Amino acid sequence: MSTVSLRVEHLKVWYRTLRGDVQALDDVTFAVADGEIMGLAGESGSGKTTLGKSLIRLDGRMRHVDGTVELDGKELPIWDNGKMNGFRFKEVSIIPQYAMSAMNPTRKIGLLVEDLLESRGVGFAGLKAELDRRLELVELAPDVLDRYPIELSGGMKQRMVMVLSTLLNPSLLIADEVTSALDVSTQKAVAETLVGFRDRGFVKSMIVITHDVSLVYQIADTIMVMYAGKLAEKAPTDVLVGAPRHPYTQALISSLPEVGVRYDDKRLTGIPGTPPSLLRPPVGCRFRDRCPLAFDKCLEEPPFVEIEPDHFVACWKAS
Amino acid sequence: MLTLHGVSKVYKTGVFGGRELTAVRDVSFGVQPGEVVSLIGESGSGKTTIGRMVLRLTSVSAGTITLDGVDVATVKGGGLKDYYRKVQGVFQDPFSSYNPIFKADRVFAMIKDGYFPGVGAGEWRHKIGASLEAVRLDPDQVLGKYPHQLSGGQLQRMLIARALLLDIRLLVADEIISMLDASTRIDVLNLLADLKARGLGILFVTHDLSLGNYVSDKTVILRRGAVVEMGATGRVFGNPLHPYTRKLLASVPQLHRKWEPLEAEAEPAADGQALVQAEDDHFVAGGVRG
Repeated sequence: MSTVSLRVEHLKVWYRTLRGDVQALDDVTFAVADGEIMGLAGESGSGKTTLGKSLIRLDGRMRHVDGTVELDGKELPIWDNGKMNGFRFKEVSIIPQYAMSAMNPTRKIGLLVEDLLESRGVGFAGLKAELDRRLELVELAPDVLDRYPIELSGGMKQRMVMVLSTLLNPSLLIADEVTSALDVSTQKAVAETLVGFRDRGFVKSMIVITHDVSLVYQIADTIMVMYAGKLAEKAPTDVLVGAPRHPYTQALISSLPEVGVRYDDKRLTGIPGTPPSLLRPPVGCRFRDRCPLAFDKCLEEPPFVEIEPDHFVACWKAS
Repeated sequence: MLTLHGVSKVYKTGVFGGRELTAVRDVSFGVQPGEVVSLIGESGSGKTTIGRMVLRLTSVSAGTITLDGVDVATVKGGGLKDYYRKVQGVFQDPFSSYNPIFKADRVFAMIKDGYFPGVGAGEWRHKIGASLEAVRLDPDQVLGKYPHQLSGGQLQRMLIARALLLDIRLLVADEIISMLDASTRIDVLNLLADLKARGLGILFVTHDLSLGNYVSDKTVILRRGAVVEMGATGRVFGNPLHPYTRKLLASVPQLHRKWEPLEAEAEPAADGQALVQAEDDHFVAGGVRG
């Protein structure tokens, strides 16, 4: 594999609450290669958004407990909000969840872009030509800069935010549920634009966070699955979907209804039970209570190990 | 059982209601007992408006909706209460369907006050138990809890259980699983199939083609308020005839099959073309081309 762009080691980020710490991200170790689009899939509460946010900005309730994040060989000071300002937008950028409401409704979009660039000490005039070129690329007319966000449709706003987030060619882009609120046909266009950004070198590598495995199957090179604050499995896209090894991934993939299949009286099955509370997470494997393969050893925590080249699994039964 | 005949909905917009927006245009289809009919469309297709008209939450501008031959628009007062005994809806967001101040099982108590004031406490408990069993919920786990203590799937199933207390014949399910997680949504879908086996008619409103394909007997594809294609689910999905349906199917992300570049459209299909029968139980707007 080519050179490593992002390396996350033993990262722990917890949420402070009145009832104790919620261990939303617990000892996460993985790497993203240069030019790799990694899909990050998981259910609500699995920690996927927390992971994305940790790489860019910890909000007030989040606490960096342990671990390091390295981007292009430089360590990201994710625990220091002020120091991170030097990296945000330039080195690592995000397309937030609900990008629809990410733009200031009282500013015209052009002024908003100027403000943003100014805050990073970059001149707007020098980038105007590039901005116009990129707007054209996502099929937005240059006059959107003279409009207010409310005058744009959902898909247009989404594309505008995508252009904005990647304007300074960040090394890493985090796209958090960017397509969830869009119609199927717009969803496809937006997802393909993300791939286009990578192919044109606007961003080097990308983490696409989603709850929809079938969406990242279309665009990602690798997929990582999270469960209850832990990594469950990471593998190249075709391997993860075609031959998953973690029981959670297997159950998740087999519970997805598909369009090209006739069901008639065939029934798919869900996963019984609910994910554990992360206030006091259970010892050992966190999927144990819902797992059909659980045995005694699952009381011990399974390590996230490479069982085949580029295929990592955290399960005793898989290794 | 439920029949829509030439139903339209026109909203007045603009400052003095001077402009008109047609949300639903001349839609006709039916739902039989023991049948799941999917209304599939993108945002603005009018799918939710149709559900709301069936539930009498919005008036009908033109055309008629009949339940067992009775025009739904004419029922009033006590008749409306009887109507809701037969037809109930469940909506997208389970968390905002409940009042967070009260315990979740208050939705059952409200049904008792409204419809079964004479039923004794013991008998009512028995009825709730049977209803929860039908949606595969454990009474000990859900009764006496507040909404925030329950999961989205549990809340959604309690709303279906509430509807079942009324011996309903038609359930309007508007995007009921789009807010649920992948591992639990399939259970709610299977539940709909169980209800169907009990003879319930279900109008399943969704934007997700794969869910419609999984659960429904009949599929109605809507675009900008008009039906572009409808018929037996296997025929619509197996042999899509309208260019819009084909485009939708090509855009759905699927496992095991990657997106292909879309074939260029010769001409954008016009709105408001009449439905033409293409084969048995399969209708397409504008007929089969080329």
